Amino acid sequence: MIENKHKENCEKNCCGLCCTKIENIGVIYGRNTILRDVNIHIHCGELTALIGPNGAGKSTLLKALLGEIKHTGELKFLDAKGIHTGHPTIGYVPQSLNFDAGSPTSVLDLFMACRSSFPAWLYTPKKILKDVEESLERVKVAHLIKRRLGALSGGEMQRVLLALALDPVPDLLLLDEPVSGVDQNGMELFYKTVSDIREAYDLSIILVSHDFDIISRYADRVVLLNGTVLYSGSPSEVYKDESFSKTFGMRAGGA
Amino acid sequence: MEIWYKVVELVIPFDWAKADHMFFMKNALLAIILVSFIFGILSTMIVNNRMAFFSDALGHGAFTGVVIGGILGFVRPIWSAVVFSIIFSLGITLVKNKSKISRDTIIGVFSSVAIALGIFLSTLGGRSFTKLNAFLVGDILSIKPSEIGLLFLVLIAMIVLWSLLFNKLLVVSVNQSLASSRGLNTFWIEVIFTTAIAVIVTISMSWIGLLVINSLLILPAAAARNITSNVRQYHVVTILISMVSGVGGLILSYYIETATGATIVLILSIFFFITFALRGKTC
Repeated sequence: MIENKHKENCEKNCCGLCCTKIENIGVIYGRNTILRDVNIHIHCGELTALIGPNGAGKSTLLKALLGEIKHTGELKFLDAKGIHTGHPTIGYVPQSLNFDAGSPTSVLDLFMACRSSFPAWLYTPKKILKDVEESLERVKVAHLIKRRLGALSGGEMQRVLLALALDPVPDLLLLDEPVSGVDQNGMELFYKTVSDIREAYDLSIILVSHDFDIISRYADRVVLLNGTVLYSGSPSEVYKDESFSKTFGMRAGGA
Repeated sequence: MEIWYKVVELVIPFDWAKADHMFFMKNALLAIILVSFIFGILSTMIVNNRMAFFSDALGHGAFTGVVIGGILGFVRPIWSAVVFSIIFSLGITLVKNKSKISRDTIIGVFSSVAIALGIFLSTLGGRSFTKLNAFLVGDILSIKPSEIGLLFLVLIAMIVLWSLLFNKLLVVSVNQSLASSRGLNTFWIEVIFTTAIAVIVTISMSWIGLLVINSLLILPAAAARNITSNVRQYHVVTILISMVSGVGGLILSYYIETATGATIVLILSIFFFITFALRGKTC
């Protein structure tokens, strides 16, 4: 099973070698340097929180990792044996879909369009239907399969997108402020699911978030970004670091 | 075509459907069925991708292409128009992707340039513009059997394209970054889709008319969206509305002696307002 790829590797070999390396990423828009020399090293099964002020280049970094914008540097995925396995499979959960709520697209349509080349407007083969149900069940939203995307609540939508990002199970999961605008309940549920999945599939996760409470509870590591990596360390340490109070000023104490 | 004439004779109760006369009407009927089917399919994703303004601009580009073709002395300016439209749509897509200027603005600029250039060139040397009116209003009754054959090929090409491209287009329409994360090349998908729109708009322009062609690309899907909740329903309803309006508009325009394109659009707009009123009754 692909799902257990990392697990098996970790059991047989040293897990420390299974990792995702972000090397020297730089992004330049016109004359503005948005990012320079970004180096992040993420072990499998680790949730790395990416923090930084607005305009620090957090979303830009994710877009560069997705290959959506031009960048220098490299994204490498290494399996447990340390053999370069090339570009990682990436799962991505966007901030919130900047998406037309009136669109007649159901959850099933979206999944079908993403994971199969069989035209979604024709009909749904049983096999695909079953696979989609399984994917949705992974994050406990199988009941939403027939629902129109525009009719989902914010929390439901993000869980559907999470299910989509996990199908196929990626090497690297990118979460871009995945629950901005979702109520407390939905947020807890979302992170609980992410946490479970991380353990089950031994994924590398990058989470962009402003929610320091969530970060201190779920993240293994925090990377403070502002144009480049200013600090990288455990959540409890980052708050004490000088770069943190400098970047966030007043908020450092009370957030 | 003989088979088609027989079918019309058997199925349609109107006077003009009787055997051995009024062939232009029967040709037009077949043409409108094909055109409305093709436009219905395209319509779904033009509306989903918020490209209403873009397809409008393409009509302008196609018009300019016809004028340029006329000046260069082509016998069938339609082919030069197809080439020009493709270049035009590629231009818009390229500039849009290479700059941070908003899509509206870029399309607005291209569209203005195209229409101004078209009028400028067509009136150069004091020539009269009136001979180009045919392209503005369109005349489906003038369609020839060979042109219907062309439409038929376009329809087949369209269905093949849709089978291959639709899923990818849908993902891109939902979210670009999501599409990139699934390894889709959003730029090329966009290029292929806009090229298809460019070709079809240009080919159909002389029959439908530049002034109303965009309505045929927007209204069917806009109406269908009001009452559908998944992609399959969306396609079925869009194509149905498109074809019913097309055929209804053609027959009605024959009896009340109006321009066919405009009559079709009016029927489409009635569909839109009816479905708008029904909106919210589906999930």
